[in-house]
Amino acid sequence: MEARKTKTNSESDYTSIVHSPAFQTLLSEKKKFIIPTTIFFFCFYFALPILTSYSTILNHKFIGSITWAWVFAFLQFIMTWVLCMLYSKKAAKFDELANQVQEGGKD
Amino acid sequence: MNTPAFIMFLGIVFVTLIITYYASKKTKNASEFYTAGGGLTGWQNGMAIAGDYMSAASFLGIAGAVALTGFDGFFYSIGFLVAYLVVLYLVAEPLRNLGKYTFADMIASRFDAKKIRGFAAMNTVAISIFYMIAQLVGAGALIKLLLGIEYTTSVLIVGVLMTVYVIFGGMHATSWVQIIKAILLMGGTLLISIMVFAKFNWSITDMFAQMKTATPLKESFLNPGVKYKVGLDTISLNMGLVLGTAGLPHILVRFFTVKDAKTARSSVVYATWIIGIFYVMTIFLGFGAAAFVGNSDIVAANPAGNMAAPLLAQALGGNMLFAFISAVAFATILAVVAGLVLTSASAVAHDFYNEILCKGQATEKQQVNMARWASVGVSVVSIILALGAQTLNVAFLVSLAFAVAASANLPVIIYTIYWKRFNTSGAIWAMVVGLISAIGLVIISPNVFSPEAGKAIFVGNPIFPYTTPGIVSIPLGFIAGYLGTIFSNQKADVKRYEEVLVKSNTGIGIKG
Repeated sequence: MEARKTKTNSESDYTSIVHSPAFQTLLSEKKKFIIPTTIFFFCFYFALPILTSYSTILNHKFIGSITWAWVFAFLQFIMTWVLCMLYSKKAAKFDELANQVQEGGKD
Repeated sequence: MNTPAFIMFLGIVFVTLIITYYASKKTKNASEFYTAGGGLTGWQNGMAIAGDYMSAASFLGIAGAVALTGFDGFFYSIGFLVAYLVVLYLVAEPLRNLGKYTFADMIASRFDAKKIRGFAAMNTVAISIFYMIAQLVGAGALIKLLLGIEYTTSVLIVGVLMTVYVIFGGMHATSWVQIIKAILLMGGTLLISIMVFAKFNWSITDMFAQMKTATPLKESFLNPGVKYKVGLDTISLNMGLVLGTAGLPHILVRFFTVKDAKTARSSVVYATWIIGIFYVMTIFLGFGAAAFVGNSDIVAANPAGNMAAPLLAQALGGNMLFAFISAVAFATILAVVAGLVLTSASAVAHDFYNEILCKGQATEKQQVNMARWASVGVSVVSIILALGAQTLNVAFLVSLAFAVAASANLPVIIYTIYWKRFNTSGAIWAMVVGLISAIGLVIISPNVFSPEAGKAIFVGNPIFPYTTPGIVSIPLGFIAGYLGTIFSNQKADVKRYEEVLVKSNTGIGIKG
């Protein structure tokens, strides 16, 4: 109920925030990072089942009896951890931009 | 009766009940009940997410799947982990900023229509109950095997415990049971992995070399294609795995237990590390079971391979380790079912009762009381369904829950956050088509119909050729949301979307 009350008061505020340069910078920075990275990890992820289903290329040996399929599978883990850390780092920057939006809103 | 196992099971019951007792003192209002007052730290919530997520299907199911089918079993581990990138990149922070107690809250931040909240809550209950049946069937089989207690009694024991945790301890008890379970599960799995690695002379190459001759599959054990021979079926499975997590209601509600988007983010990072390390270790569990227990003994204990991990513990460390690992599996099940009961009860009490029936006017006391009754109701329904589902394959039920979550919930979540034009009609179409197509395709799939008697529930030719519905039902959910939006004559509420955009990206206007 509280939320509903405040909403009517601040509807115009949200519009002005959306059109503020600080917010637009935040959005475009986020898009620049999140969209390509998301496309990348989906491609990387689906490459594994597609390759294992439609080719035998990953059945070749890497070292000893370990085949490329296992190497690629393990790389999925590395990819996940790396992108996870990368996101945290980028997000710290997004937080700063979000703070600027918030400060701009108070003026 | 296995005495050490019995004592350790009692130990777990005792510890979790003490947690519940202390948690009950804190659980005074709706916010404490649903989200532990939003007061968990990133580290605590990360552990709780891991504890909520690594279910019996992960621990028992994947260990068995790798042991019996080699590489193909490992697909589950990969998909279950990479799924967290979808959660982290696309869902976690906006969800925390837009919602309060339930996933339906987030959708309702854009749309006031009560029926949207109703459908979102219905999806939550449906997915959680599917998931819960799988866990209860697994629990029943495990306890029956270990303690010799009948299946029905076993399911009832777990059912009563999960209800008690949630009714008295709400989200506080649920979170702490999940955190302790995550520690036990990681500890137990690490111990076994180290023992397995020692037996392979601490050499990865030795391990792979020995696996070539250790199973009846010989060299093909190490190659993909033992279980999943049809390309589109493999891709369908992987779609459900990687997209399902971001739509699983019991995972989504965990993000409301922290104070802000930043903490939600750090909890996903912690969870991703813990869950990733766990899934790497499933290789050791699976290989170890295949090599040191042997294919025939694993299949003899359970045709789906669900007892591979406990049997491996027995082969490596005798009865004590067997008892310990079994108790860990028991704790795993308890933590997950408690999370599921709480999530469905929140949907019933918060969405249906408070928001729809009482128009958001119920008092704190009424809300908590309703949530408690809803917990009892959800538990009773799940227990009854689980009693009838004894013969169903556990992994099948879980993958169904993932596919339904990906088809029915993910499209509406993504559109709500990211698509300006999305409207009420699109939201309803996305949820209804996603839910019905996912469940409908399973009903006509090879899981339910098989030409061979005894291999599935009914004898007959499956109309849908794939074992998981994701490849069709997930795109259908997205397409239905799109078409439902553009073919309705409602105008997009731009002001409302601007509010959602600002809130989800900055947290401005969010209390606590």
